[in-house]
Amino acid sequence: MLIAATLAVLAALILAVIRAVRGPTVFDRVLAGNSVGTLAILLLAVLGFLDGRPEWLDIGITYGLLNIISTLAVLKFFRHGDLAYDVGEDAK
Amino acid sequence: MEPLVNAVLLTLLAVVSIAIVRQRSLFGVVVLAGIYSFLMASVLIVLDAVDVAMTEASVGAGISTVILLATLHMTKSREYPQPRNVVLPLFVAVVVGGALVWGTLNLPPIGPPDTPIHMHTAPRYLSHSVKETHAPNVVTAVLADYRGYDTLGETTVIFTAGIGVMMLLKGRRRRHNRDEAADKT
Repeated sequence: MLIAATLAVLAALILAVIRAVRGPTVFDRVLAGNSVGTLAILLLAVLGFLDGRPEWLDIGITYGLLNIISTLAVLKFFRHGDLAYDVGEDAK
Repeated sequence: MEPLVNAVLLTLLAVVSIAIVRQRSLFGVVVLAGIYSFLMASVLIVLDAVDVAMTEASVGAGISTVILLATLHMTKSREYPQPRNVVLPLFVAVVVGGALVWGTLNLPPIGPPDTPIHMHTAPRYLSHSVKETHAPNVVTAVLADYRGYDTLGETTVIFTAGIGVMMLLKGRRRRHNRDEAADKT
């Protein structure tokens, strides 16, 4: 059961990396990067249960936070071209 | 199961590395570098180094992405390849890579308890560290106590690098402000 799950996660990882490498637009790459982050969490969880150490799940939470931060940073940069952009500047 | 997971992850790492080299849009390179870090963290998890994997993910995929994007803001986000000779760099890379692989051939296998790394100082750390340092975590005891000077040196290097980067950025901003003031007068 867990071995089948591992194989499925690996297959999904391969597909996501193919999309990230081939592109063609930036959004494909950002989405693929986000998916790879999520799949890394899943792989961590499955391997933890496979090795009999389910406490690795806690580390998955850190990965999830990082994934959000990097995706938000990339998208914000793409939208405004600046990480320190303030929404209030629009009103002025 | 482990060899298969390792094989898939390492193949994907190689694919992503080649994609990073061939990519001309530096924005795509930043995203691909984040993917590389997550894959590397997964490899480290398979190797049972969960703490190293967490560092790799937080530094490689988290902080590096933000810092690289901030750098892109200050420079151009497209790489213009210079025509140059590739034979010598390729030769050096192949020789160094071959030497590294050749070096790993003599390494003892990972895991067995009778390899040199488990025979030298590790048993002493395991049996004495709680008594000598009162730290319940042996890794922490080794890093912060037995190798305290080593860690102090590393921290000094990173601190100096941080100060240097901050001074560079500050000088740049001050010059920028002076130019703007000169424009107004």
